[in-house]
Amino acid sequence: MPAKTYVRTIINGEHVDFLCEPRQSLLECLRDVIGLTGTKEGCNDGNCGACTVSMDGRIVTACLVLGVEAEGKEITTIEGIAKGSQLHPVQQAFLENAALQCGICTPGFIVSSVALLEKIPQPSEHQIRFWLANNLCRCTGYDKIVRAVQDAATKM
Amino acid sequence: MHWIDYASPHSVREAVDLLNEAGGSARPMAGGTDVLVQLRANALPDVNLLVDMKNIPELNEMTMDPEVGLTLGAAVPCYKIYGNKAIEHAFPGLIDCASLIGGTQIQGRASLGGNLCNAAPSGDSIPVMIALGGVARISGPSGDREVPLEDFCTGVRRTVIQQGEILVSLHFPAPVANQGANYMRFIPRNEMDIAVAGVGCSVVLDNGNIKSARVALSSVAPTPLYVKEIGDAIAGKPANEETLKLAGQMAKDAAKPITDMRGTIEYRKHLCDVLTRRSLQIAIDRAKES
Ligand SMILES: Cc1cc2nc3c(=O)[nH]c(=O)nc-3n(C[C@H](O)[C@H](O)[C@H](O)COP(=O)(O)OP(=O)(O)OC[C@H]3O[C@@H](n4cnc5c(N)ncnc54)[C@H](O)[C@@H]3O)c2cc1C
Ligand code: FES
Ligand code: FES
Repeated sequence: MPAKTYVRTIINGEHVDFLCEPRQSLLECLRDVIGLTGTKEGCNDGNCGACTVSMDGRIVTACLVLGVEAEGKEITTIEGIAKGSQLHPVQQAFLENAALQCGICTPGFIVSSVALLEKIPQPSEHQIRFWLANNLCRCTGYDKIVRAVQDAATKM
Repeated sequence: MHWIDYASPHSVREAVDLLNEAGGSARPMAGGTDVLVQLRANALPDVNLLVDMKNIPELNEMTMDPEVGLTLGAAVPCYKIYGNKAIEHAFPGLIDCASLIGGTQIQGRASLGGNLCNAAPSGDSIPVMIALGGVARISGPSGDREVPLEDFCTGVRRTVIQQGEILVSLHFPAPVANQGANYMRFIPRNEMDIAVAGVGCSVVLDNGNIKSARVALSSVAPTPLYVKEIGDAIAGKPANEETLKLAGQMAKDAAKPITDMRGTIEYRKHLCDVLTRRSLQIAIDRAKES
């Protein structure tokens, strides 16, 4: 049985090659193999969205993607959202609107929200809530998150 | 998760060979949103090879022909379905289910083929695909075959797919004039939940009368339930409240639900009545607009 597979990807704009076992999720590969720990693990079964990353321009839960499936794919994680020390407007809006408390859900919410605003620059509250339904937050009660996304939309 | 291997074939033949050689220890994987969860929960202890369906051209097909109808590859993820203008126009019923399975991230991966092959009683795409007269195109070691979707699921998580076979695509006949369809489910939340009950239906109108109709239910039997009697009973009747009441009552009678944490038998039967009336009304409205 082959122990590990060689996987070539582009992560946050840079070529990243890594070795992983076929059973390892993309989430495990990002965190434990590549050392990008910004992407969080909540439920490990697709429900909470803490592990959200963008893969070839679509957001997915990295816990339900195998690392080997990332071969040839372009991935954006929370580490790729800011430009150097310049926060993305969505990150800035989360800070200014106090849209986080413990912060475990925040990377997933930000990656999802950035993808939403790329697709729908001026979303309605209804659209925001439905788009973010696959992201759970046990602290904020969601209102501040929705307001942060609305705020970011006015600044992009 | 226990140790598994992964293969990514590029043709139907290669996939069928891989599955066949592996015997019962290999599983197809499309979006993985069921199979990876089940593997992680130790529900598939004998599986040691996942065969990825996503790099096979036929399983990614989306062809809409005004005469032949729609061929939808079994591995096409939900977001590509609701992003397709031709499907949106001709099959709003498919858009209904593709846009309510899971949330945005799940829809980035989940396929209707996977939803069907997983054969959960609550599978949200199955009732409307049955109502639309969908047919499964299957390839296996001994050739190709077609199975109408109402015959596809044979029990909880059981289907007609045999060892070594794969679902290649789903075929839906082109909609005729004055046809409309809908899928509607009841869940306690607004999204991201498992249907307590669901109804998929398709109707064809003729001068304010129902020319033909097909209705199927989810979450109220071990398999998605095609209730042929409803279509037989309401064909030829006016598309009015009285007819919808009859359909609702028949759905209630046909449902064979169980009581569990999501709802009681009585509650689910009541939902079948209400949802059937509402879903048929939407299908009728869509038929008038078409
Ligand atoms: C958070 C979350 C929310 C969800 N919400 C919903 C929901 O609202 N409604 C709903 O109905 N479901 C829901 N699901 C379940 C799941 O997402 C759907 O059933 C989905 O459509 C499965 O598609 P997939 O492509 O991911 O299937 P996979 O997991 O890849 O496969 C599912 C099954 O089908 C088999 N299979 C896949 N492709 C083929 C093929 N071509 N030939 C033969 N067999 C095949 C696999 O072996 C497996 O047994 C949810 C899941 C999660 C994790
Ligand atoms: S950790 Fe992936 S969805 Fe919760
Ligand atoms: S801030 Fe704690 S879970 Fe969202």
